Amino acid sequence: MKPSSEVLLRCRRITRRWGGIVAVNNVSLEFVRGSVHAVIGTNGAGKSTLINILSGEYPPSSGEVELLGHDVTGWTQPRRARAGLGRSYQRNTIYPTFSVFENCRLAAQARHQRPWSWWRSSLANTRNNEEAKAAAARAGLGDLLTRTAGLLSHGQKRQLEIAMCLATAPQVLLLDEPLAGMGAEETERMLALLNELKEGHAMLLVEHDMDAVFRIADRITVMVNGAVIASDTPDQVRNNADVQAAYLGGH
Amino acid sequence: MDGIGIQRGKLAFVLLVFLGLAAWPAVAGNYGVDLVGKIMISSIFALSLELLVGTTGLVCFGQAAFFGIGAYAAALLMSQSGSSSLWWLLPACVVCAGLYALAVGALSLRTRGVYFIMVTLAFAQMAYYVVHDTPLGGGTDGIYLPGKPGLGTWLDLDKPLAFYGFTYVCLLAVFGFLALLLRSSFGRALAGVRVNEQRMRATGFSTFPYKLASFTISGAIAGLAGFLFAVKDGVVNPELMSWHQSGAVLIMIILGGLGHLRGALIGAFALALLEEFFKSEAVFGAFAKHWHLGLGFTIILSAAMLPRGLVGIPALWRERLEGRARALDAKSSSKEGIREAVV
Repeated sequence: MKPSSEVLLRCRRITRRWGGIVAVNNVSLEFVRGSVHAVIGTNGAGKSTLINILSGEYPPSSGEVELLGHDVTGWTQPRRARAGLGRSYQRNTIYPTFSVFENCRLAAQARHQRPWSWWRSSLANTRNNEEAKAAAARAGLGDLLTRTAGLLSHGQKRQLEIAMCLATAPQVLLLDEPLAGMGAEETERMLALLNELKEGHAMLLVEHDMDAVFRIADRITVMVNGAVIASDTPDQVRNNADVQAAYLGGH
Repeated sequence: MDGIGIQRGKLAFVLLVFLGLAAWPAVAGNYGVDLVGKIMISSIFALSLELLVGTTGLVCFGQAAFFGIGAYAAALLMSQSGSSSLWWLLPACVVCAGLYALAVGALSLRTRGVYFIMVTLAFAQMAYYVVHDTPLGGGTDGIYLPGKPGLGTWLDLDKPLAFYGFTYVCLLAVFGFLALLLRSSFGRALAGVRVNEQRMRATGFSTFPYKLASFTISGAIAGLAGFLFAVKDGVVNPELMSWHQSGAVLIMIILGGLGHLRGALIGAFALALLEEFFKSEAVFGAFAKHWHLGLGFTIILSAAMLPRGLVGIPALWRERLEGRARALDAKSSSKEGIREAVV
């Protein structure tokens, strides 16, 4: 098997109902190492619900999730995270009162937690420190380690979200609108970062910025009312008549 | 002042407090030693809640139950001859309180926010009614301790100075333990839970065991405070478990300043000394019997004017000084600007 076709995350026939509303309807997708798989759709199409089910925030009403060859449908979110699933949120979920370094260090700590050595300073774990610094540097925050996270610019906060994901050394990245609210320059920087991260990771990207999506994605899935209406390469999706009618509006 | 300077200032403050407490019996009379001994017990109690509220972000309104269980365990487990050894009695009382906290935590930590507050209060009221209304607890009058525990001829807690010294060592140990705990990986994870639990879970922390451990440790420390209180007074009664106690200890840590261990110390001292002050007939004469009024008013005032608690006063002063310096700078530079414009 070629490494490029290695499926790291897969869901089969995922459905999620909220009372009478079907938020996600019979969705089956695969996420492959080394590629960016974008999921697009209007607000309420079920993209965030899909991410939440994949990451384990809540279970699907039916269907299965498979991570690195394990059936993880019954696993809690923290267990999936430790197994290699990293996610970022649509809204900033950084720890605003901690430094940039501490945000990343705490994320790195998740994989080797050692809660019982209560007398040792958290900073005594040099492996965590190095991983945190490396993750911050990779996300472009290497010079801002001591900055209080709440004082960062919006774009930097989004970068920190990614850095915290990276500090947990994930194999799969679920990124919920990493470009939301960014200026042109910040967007370029983030896209360059995501392009870099493609290698070695399977990436799910939920994003509203269509130009960015069509530039970076290797595969695009279009959701309407909880169901997948197309899942293909960007060119195929662009020319898909259903997609144009439902979403792109002749884009 | 830079960050390291501020850190040193905090450390120096804590060292000074503990040095002062150690030297206190040399200068104070019996009354003073007794009062500060009592406040040190309150400080241990406040520190236990600080771990929950200030560090983990769990507002527990039933802390008095653990305090009371520590106290009642001392009364009930002590042998009738009254000569029990501290070696086993103290750990036994702490373990009793810790076990109750483990059970309460296992059930209540499934709820959040205001529900958590209500559930912890309900469990505390349950414990209250158990000692209030069953033969086990001796009813409203409570139970007298048959004696004072000690360590053979080494330590006799019946002597006020020995008791003061023992309480001091307990306070120092609890403070040191918590200070280490908070900077450890465990403590940092608790801080993460306080700031953003959802993110902690998404990062890979199963947060429930962390919260339960924090809750249990907190209950055990409160039990230690209760044990000391029972030994000091030689009697326990249901009021130790009443919700007033849970409220008072919450007020201590809020008054002192949440999120800082020394805030719990400062708050315990401030509340007790304010109470002494407003109760003093030398100052207030006949009005002293309405001391609740003055105390309540002061607490409201401090909550309104010191949102970060007493701990925040130095930072408030610094900001004000810096603000004034900036304002002066701005004034002088604008004057220069005008002068330049005129010239």
